[in-house]
Amino acid sequence: MLRRIHSLPGLLAGLLVMFMALSGAFLSLQPAIAQWQVGTAGTQLDVAALSDAVVHGLPDVSRIVKQASGAVIAYADGAAGQLATRIDPSSGAALGPYETSPVFAFMTEMHRSLLLGQGGHVVAGLAALSMLVLSISGGLLLVNRLGGWSRVFGAAKGTFQQRLHVDIGRIVLVALLLSAFTGAYMSLVSIGLLSTGQDSFIPFPTTADGGAPAPISGLAALQALPLAQLRELVFPAPGDPTDVFAITTNAGQGFVDQASGAMLGFVPNSFGQTVYEAFYTLHTGQGIAWLGLVLGLAALAVPVMSVSGALIWWSRRHNQPRLKHNVAGGAADTIILVGSEGNSTWGFATVLHDALTLAGHRVHTAPMNSLARHYGKARRMFVLTATYGDGAAPQSASRFLSRLERFKPRPDLAFAVLGFGDRSFAHFCQFADEVGAALLATGMDQIQSSCTIDRQSSQSFAQWGVETGTRLGTVLHLVHTPRLPRTTRLELIDRDDYGVEVQAPTSVLRFAMPGAKRTGLGKLLGLGSRLPRFEVGDLVGIVPPGSPIPRYYSLASASRDGMLEICVRKQTGGLCSEFLHALTPGENIDAFVKSNPDFRPGRGRSPLIMIGAGTGIAPLAGFIRHNRHHRPVHLYWGGRDPRSDFLYAVDMAQCLGDARLARFEPAFSRTVGGRYVQQSLRDDVDAIRDLVAHGARIMVCGGRDMAGGVRTALDDILAPLGESAQSLKSTGRYLEDVY
Amino acid sequence: MKKIAAALVLATALAMPGLAYAKDLTIEAQIAAYRGPNTFLAIYVTKPDGSYDSTLWVAGQNQRYYRHLRNWVRGISSVGGNIDGISGASVGAGQTLTVHASLADSMIDAGYQIHVDSAVENGGEYANDVVMPLAQASSGVVATGTGYVQSLTVNF
Repeated sequence: MLRRIHSLPGLLAGLLVMFMALSGAFLSLQPAIAQWQVGTAGTQLDVAALSDAVVHGLPDVSRIVKQASGAVIAYADGAAGQLATRIDPSSGAALGPYETSPVFAFMTEMHRSLLLGQGGHVVAGLAALSMLVLSISGGLLLVNRLGGWSRVFGAAKGTFQQRLHVDIGRIVLVALLLSAFTGAYMSLVSIGLLSTGQDSFIPFPTTADGGAPAPISGLAALQALPLAQLRELVFPAPGDPTDVFAITTNAGQGFVDQASGAMLGFVPNSFGQTVYEAFYTLHTGQGIAWLGLVLGLAALAVPVMSVSGALIWWSRRHNQPRLKHNVAGGAADTIILVGSEGNSTWGFATVLHDALTLAGHRVHTAPMNSLARHYGKARRMFVLTATYGDGAAPQSASRFLSRLERFKPRPDLAFAVLGFGDRSFAHFCQFADEVGAALLATGMDQIQSSCTIDRQSSQSFAQWGVETGTRLGTVLHLVHTPRLPRTTRLELIDRDDYGVEVQAPTSVLRFAMPGAKRTGLGKLLGLGSRLPRFEVGDLVGIVPPGSPIPRYYSLASASRDGMLEICVRKQTGGLCSEFLHALTPGENIDAFVKSNPDFRPGRGRSPLIMIGAGTGIAPLAGFIRHNRHHRPVHLYWGGRDPRSDFLYAVDMAQCLGDARLARFEPAFSRTVGGRYVQQSLRDDVDAIRDLVAHGARIMVCGGRDMAGGVRTALDDILAPLGESAQSLKSTGRYLEDVY
Repeated sequence: MKKIAAALVLATALAMPGLAYAKDLTIEAQIAAYRGPNTFLAIYVTKPDGSYDSTLWVAGQNQRYYRHLRNWVRGISSVGGNIDGISGASVGAGQTLTVHASLADSMIDAGYQIHVDSAVENGGEYANDVVMPLAQASSGVVATGTGYVQSLTVNF
């Protein structure tokens, strides 16, 4: 719901909000320019002395205006209309003609009303309101997403667009909130929906002295007013002794008798007017140039936020599957409820829906948030759910547990929960466990106990289908094919083989576009096919012949290297690794790139501790080879035998030589006194504590067992610092790529 | 072109029941082409001695800005300041404001004058932008303004 509140105004008013933000950013320069032109005033005159000096220079002056920037402008009636003159605030001397900038005047009107008059004020007000809704809902989503107020500045995760949206959003949120709130308020006032309590004009006094005008320098009320508090002073009509000075100050409006110098009928600003003026200042930054510039800079982020937000919305929508034969809840015998954040769980739900439908069931599939109070004919209920962040409910299940309290199941309704998650996270499938427990507490029977699927494993899902089918007495053939991006055909150009002697055949494989080695006109012109874009640490999905399910490998090269390099250990019976190991140069694979932005060294000069075992060295070696700025990298790696599976030995020696690598600690398990990489870490306790204390970022790549051992070792090593693998992870300093 | 009809029964006309023959006026104010927010206008009548008589029309509904229509505000303040029912929207640059009013016959050719004050928010303000005698001879004559009013024509 919150997400819908966030995306709806974003999509509907996106262009309008962008326009308002950009015009606002441009206008934010105006106070800064004005303040810069005025400079800092020296001595402060009172209004009587200033007016006296102005009258000497400009006898026909009819009005003096002091702007928020401190600039003083005098208007005089001349033969050719009104003349505006800049006045030196510290002496009252005329400085030269004053000209308003037509560009800023035009942009101000565009920003306030899009040059559409009163209707335009309404449109501008709607834009401010949209911005306000976006800021508030965005802030709440941010807190939800990052797991609470205390973590609002924690590391953002997700695709590039999502991280951009979150990272920029939390920087500019407060500024945008201020602009939007003050802007919406000002619009309401200018449309007339809000009153400042000062909606009528202040009548002229009818009690003017009428005597001979006194010299302006002697008027007491003007003498008492410092220039800093003046807004506007309008002179009486020449030759009319009953006329008065009309004066506007920071505090209110009044009139000054030109004979007695007394203040007549001063009306202080109402509370509403004071609030309005404060909001006006906060919104425009007039007189507070730095604030204006800060708000303007924040506004520049709005187009980035709009575009990235729209792309995020589109990819989420695009991934939502369409269900065939989805029966209404009241008529279905089988209910499937889905708790999904990024829609991947919907893919599994669709497969289950189709298989059950094929088996003759009448199936109703819906988000978990759509749980009804009861299902009249249902006998089976499947709950497929992911877990979001730190064990929280995913988007489409956020209200499930509260709805469950009112749920009245039929006595013969049985359920099964299937959790989806990533075992490398501390709260693996925690929400699914909670849902399972809550459903049991309703007294329903279980078809089978809760199961979990790690990292969208299609194999585990198929296995679950077999077990569930057995219990239901039907055959459930669940073939889940992740929706694959378009694959690219790549040609093996080169391979290095290791580890055969230690029963761990491992190959470094390098691929390029087919025919890339050919030289010729096409290549010279850059025609034909290029590698898809990827960075070191991204994943390549390879679809082996005979299986629709891709296997993922970490990349040791970036697309600008002109080739795609992976490191593959041959798994006995492993369809894809056997296929890859059997390849000879010139043969082709079908592959696609999957971005893995959460596993990158990031910018900065802080040291990096890289830890890997076996083929886990591939992305780490890639990062090190690209470490041209000589950021200190400390590599701990574990293999079996230096004579057989010492992957990247030559490369790493070169990198040590030219300081791309600061330190390399290989550990080998099949040698005399063999050891694992965790032991190297424990031997280097002091060095590691020192690096972490200096802000080091830790990157771990390799198998699950190794990663677990490394976590335990680092928890022990870092305990005296009050840190742990989990605490570093929460601040984005502990990255894992584990398989 | 803005068409605004104002049916006015003026105090002056009621005060002189024997002469309550009304004269219909059409006032057209052509606003100059400038860049900026809309113009606020006050169209009003002064007595032969120059004092304020009555208001025909105020363009611009936000009363906070009325103080910029200085001569008119001064005048209307002197008679209590009630402007109910004789105001409408402010007028954009380059547009024409048309006002229909009704005045007692006795005011024509009797030294009364029609005034227009004009002002623009954060811009200039012109008291007596245009002043025109309320005389049969002025009917249809185009008067030129000194401020935001480019020209004023009164037909009766």
